[in-house]
Amino acid sequence: MANVISDETIEYVGILAKLELSSEEKEAAKKDMGEMLDYIDKLNELDTSSVEPMSHVFPVHNVFREDEVTNGDGHEDALKNAPERKEDTFVVPKTIV
Amino acid sequence: MSLLGLTAVEAGKKIKASEVSVEEAVKEALTAIEKKEEKVNSFVTVDREGALKRAKEVQKGIEEGRYQGPLAGVPVAIKDNMCTEGLLTTCSSKILGNFIPTFSSEAVRNLERAGAVILGKTNMDEFAMGSTTETSFFGATKNPWNTEHVPGGSSGGSCAAVAAEECFYALGSDTGGSIRQPSSFCGVTGLKPTYGTVSRYGLIAYGSSLDQIGPVAKDVTDCAVILETIASHDKKDSTSVKREDYDFTSALKDDVKGLKIGIPRDYFGEGLDGDVKEAVLNAAKELEKKGAVLEEFDLSLVEYAIPAYYVIACAEASSNLARFDGVKYGYRTGEYDGLHSMYKKSRSEGFGAEVKRRIMLGSFVLSSGYYDAYYLKALRTKALIKQAFDKAFETYDVILGPAAPTTAPKLGESLSDPIKMYLGDIYTISVNLAGLPGISVPCGLDKKGLPIGVQLIGNCFEEKKIIRAAYAYEQTREFLHCTLAD
Repeated sequence: MANVISDETIEYVGILAKLELSSEEKEAAKKDMGEMLDYIDKLNELDTSSVEPMSHVFPVHNVFREDEVTNGDGHEDALKNAPERKEDTFVVPKTIV
Repeated sequence: MSLLGLTAVEAGKKIKASEVSVEEAVKEALTAIEKKEEKVNSFVTVDREGALKRAKEVQKGIEEGRYQGPLAGVPVAIKDNMCTEGLLTTCSSKILGNFIPTFSSEAVRNLERAGAVILGKTNMDEFAMGSTTETSFFGATKNPWNTEHVPGGSSGGSCAAVAAEECFYALGSDTGGSIRQPSSFCGVTGLKPTYGTVSRYGLIAYGSSLDQIGPVAKDVTDCAVILETIASHDKKDSTSVKREDYDFTSALKDDVKGLKIGIPRDYFGEGLDGDVKEAVLNAAKELEKKGAVLEEFDLSLVEYAIPAYYVIACAEASSNLARFDGVKYGYRTGEYDGLHSMYKKSRSEGFGAEVKRRIMLGSFVLSSGYYDAYYLKALRTKALIKQAFDKAFETYDVILGPAAPTTAPKLGESLSDPIKMYLGDIYTISVNLAGLPGISVPCGLDKKGLPIGVQLIGNCFEEKKIIRAAYAYEQTREFLHCTLAD
């Protein structure tokens, strides 16, 4: 395997991805990611130095509209699926100590 | 033949002519579901009460002339990644196991405006990440042709439900082949429209630059009619395209005289099953007999599509799935120590293995130091793939090839080797990268009796050409009902 993923990398990616992996999952992730990156490295066979990255297939630019209110009060809908709510707010664990 | 053996358009005609009531159609479908679900598991949720209630409303609407379209009163199944107001929408994930949307996706609304009755929500690979419908939190869907085999994925539930005749038609979504590959495996017809044709509003995002909703049905006519119904320019989706025309049914003509069909040699090389190759080339010959002009050519870059796709799709997934944090909706872990612990534990317990694998890869390729080498490299490759298709469409009207290299594998064979599973998407994935329309049409069975699909690919906004070719081909063969369809 050309790409060896270190414990530090998996730890770091876990922080970015907001995932808490068990030690077994971490080992599996190291192997999976290494293999995937080996496979993805195939792209390096292509000379893309003169090619612009294409994020959209059509020339779509920012789509603007007038800032007009078209919907009504949706706060009850927005809160309907909250795992925990208090009156008109989402409840989260204490963030400021 | 039971009512469910009819196509959606045929059923719609019977309803319109008052030969069958909407309620009868819905009840027959619900009975079929009850009888077959134990074997197939196409559905995550069956909305019995809702469908029966809606049937009465739609019946009244038809009688009063409010619903006049060809799909009025015809029962449909919706892939479980499209929001349906008041009806559980899980994406086949534990993390959305209790999510009841307060609004419906635009594609579903378009169907409802045409008088559709929703039977329920179909099973899928979790968050549409997979090719077998085995990564669903709610258990795998089985292939109705042989329940030891997978239905394909990720729209496996939609395709199995249509094949097993539990519904008249279904909606699926296609990010890397998720409509066309399971359609091929289940012997049904599935169409992925040009990117931007069907609004993604209310479609729970996987890879936003690739995702498209499309029809899964018994035949090409149904696909054209359904697409005509769900396609719209929608201001709520900023990537929705305002097309010049939304008429797809006028292309249902048995006429391919002079149509130039390109057959990419790179789609018929190593890894392609012999039976699949033969059936697909036979389909091409049928079109040739009708006056189409066949020519082999080299598309090039085919082997680069999968690695480019996984970088782009996983990058977008890692960003899109950041919203699942146990705060606004969905699963929240029971025990935690502070906010970050709550986020991490909710996500780690809520997502399955394949979803975590893709979020990890996506986070990595977007991270500082790797963004240029992986993410931008993949976007540059995408540009080259698009150029290769542009060049091909200068010469050809339609590109013809297999939808998948094999027929449906056995359950449990695919997940152990992700890269091997990803290779199964080799003929479908580049179509998403280039934003093109593609359709899979049944073209025979292999020696094991499993269905094979031929894929027709068109240039952007040229659905009509692939619909015409698919329709003309369809006239040369009989529809095959699977054993579970009865």
